[in-house]
Amino acid sequence: MQCRIGVVGMALLLLACIAILNGVARDGIQSVQLGGWSAPFGITFVADLFSAIMLSVSAFIGLCVAVFSLATMDRARVRKGYYLFIHFMLMGVCGAFLTGDIFNLFVWFEVMLIASFVLMALGGERDQMEGAVKYLTLNLLASVFFLSAIGILYGNFGTLNMADLALKAEAGANPELMRLTSVLFFVAFGVKAGLFPLFFWLPASYHTPPVAVSAIFAGLLTKVGMYSLIRVFTLIFDAGESFTNHLLVWVAGFTMVVGVLGAVAQFNIRRLLSFHIISQIGYAVMGLAIFTQWALAGAIYFLVHNIFAKTNLFLISGATYDLRGTDYLKDMGGLYKKAPFLSLLFVISAFGLAGIPPLSGFFGKFLLIKAGLDAGYYIITAIALGVGILTLYSMTKIFAEAFWKDAPGKPLEGDLQWSDTPAKRRALYLPIIAMACGVVLMGVLAQPAISLCLAAGAQLMEPALYIEAVLSQEYLENFLSD
Amino acid sequence: MIRESVILNSTTRFMITLLIMFSFYLLLRGHNLPGGGFVGGLVGGASFALYGISFGVQAARNAVFLSPPQMIGWGLIAALLSGVPALLYNKPFLTGWWYHELSVPIIEKFNTPLLFDIGVYLIVAGVTLNIIFALSEAELLEN
Repeated sequence: MQCRIGVVGMALLLLACIAILNGVARDGIQSVQLGGWSAPFGITFVADLFSAIMLSVSAFIGLCVAVFSLATMDRARVRKGYYLFIHFMLMGVCGAFLTGDIFNLFVWFEVMLIASFVLMALGGERDQMEGAVKYLTLNLLASVFFLSAIGILYGNFGTLNMADLALKAEAGANPELMRLTSVLFFVAFGVKAGLFPLFFWLPASYHTPPVAVSAIFAGLLTKVGMYSLIRVFTLIFDAGESFTNHLLVWVAGFTMVVGVLGAVAQFNIRRLLSFHIISQIGYAVMGLAIFTQWALAGAIYFLVHNIFAKTNLFLISGATYDLRGTDYLKDMGGLYKKAPFLSLLFVISAFGLAGIPPLSGFFGKFLLIKAGLDAGYYIITAIALGVGILTLYSMTKIFAEAFWKDAPGKPLEGDLQWSDTPAKRRALYLPIIAMACGVVLMGVLAQPAISLCLAAGAQLMEPALYIEAVLSQEYLENFLSD
Repeated sequence: MIRESVILNSTTRFMITLLIMFSFYLLLRGHNLPGGGFVGGLVGGASFALYGISFGVQAARNAVFLSPPQMIGWGLIAALLSGVPALLYNKPFLTGWWYHELSVPIIEKFNTPLLFDIGVYLIVAGVTLNIIFALSEAELLEN
């Protein structure tokens, strides 16, 4: 019963998000003042193209993971409210994408954090608890940074509405104080997004909960951090300013390289994939650092592509666990013979992640590298290309170890972990197929996808549009006349 | 409970009615004066906690006609519903709405902010009781 309501709820969420995306694409940035109090005082929700795109993708991931959980989640966890907390987490994620108020952003982050902490600890296995404690401590620490940064902003400008903040920051602010605040925000979102050198909690915790939970965490949580980073640094702070820009470029480079090198050294599938999350986030930061319309479009395209490919790889790691009962590459093998179709799905997602044309990753990297070369960021562009090769290497490692080589020891027979009935098999494979289709379609239909991202990038480069959509004409005139 | 105290038990019998009435009073005056669903819910939750301390957790559970998780659920539903009438009048979700035709004693007018406050009251009382019951039952198990 709970399972069905959960899945139906996710499907409705997806429909609602697509309706928002459709509306925003047609009529420009939309805003609503909940409770009817006008903008800088009330509760503001804003949807621009960037947030609408992220919303739709998150809802899609939510639906896929909810279906996947039908097959893989054990009864005890469902009874303890697994679906409830997945929905709570999605509520936090959607709220964070939509809110137009920096303090509400903090609140939505906390909603998401509390729900994700419960999901991480649910079931209470020993490994899980260890991962959950690390996860909670570091994220709470990040929340403290976040809150102090909000406090400084409020003390300085007397407002928390993001459009109002953008307006007042543009009109004139103490540059030193703004720099300090921007670094606090950077640290806060950097921890949540898993940026170098703040990422260490991520690979320590993401492989401990059940696969479906790891998958939805990998797909969504770090991306919300990244979303907020992009939002704050395009709207309130200026990512093009020289200090911030240097910081972003260096962090982007280190994140990409350290993440992928960490991945190369791993032999547990889910740990390996966790390190890749970090490395891939580096690309999105690179897009923010270059800070042109094309670069931001690249960052958005890359985030979306990465959500599809990475979540799918985690789901596939669930499917391989289903077949082999282990997460360690050394003990796996022979899957190509046993499950050729699953191998194909893996190849699509893995090569999509590594950036082989015509799959989605290629176009994401293409946009970023083109933007980097146009803007003269040669070193970071070279690093991005090099990291692409290492990504390909470690994806090939999984393929060779888990799928290609012969199974070590006992022959592959019987004992499926979860998918023992046809209905469960469908629930296990449908989401994987759907997301693999996403990876392929984003590559094949790159033209419309890229033009949507370019439009979103153009909106981000033009904060005035956001400000006008949120604040009333009257308020703007009053502000200008003061 | 392990220790029975005549003084505590007889005081509780008097106090609980007063406390619950006081919590409703706080809930209802909250729209324009200090008070509201949150404080009311805390006082309401605390009154049943007091009942639990004097007469045992099980007695307190029986005294509340909803189980704490049910209270949380109904509270969320009430808070959510309070936003809906605004949509019918083409206003943003959660905009306050008053029914002016009919004058009612105590609350004067039917309004959606009150429904929202009732939701908050139920959620806060539910969460408080859930935590207190769970903790005192764990203590009983240890003994």
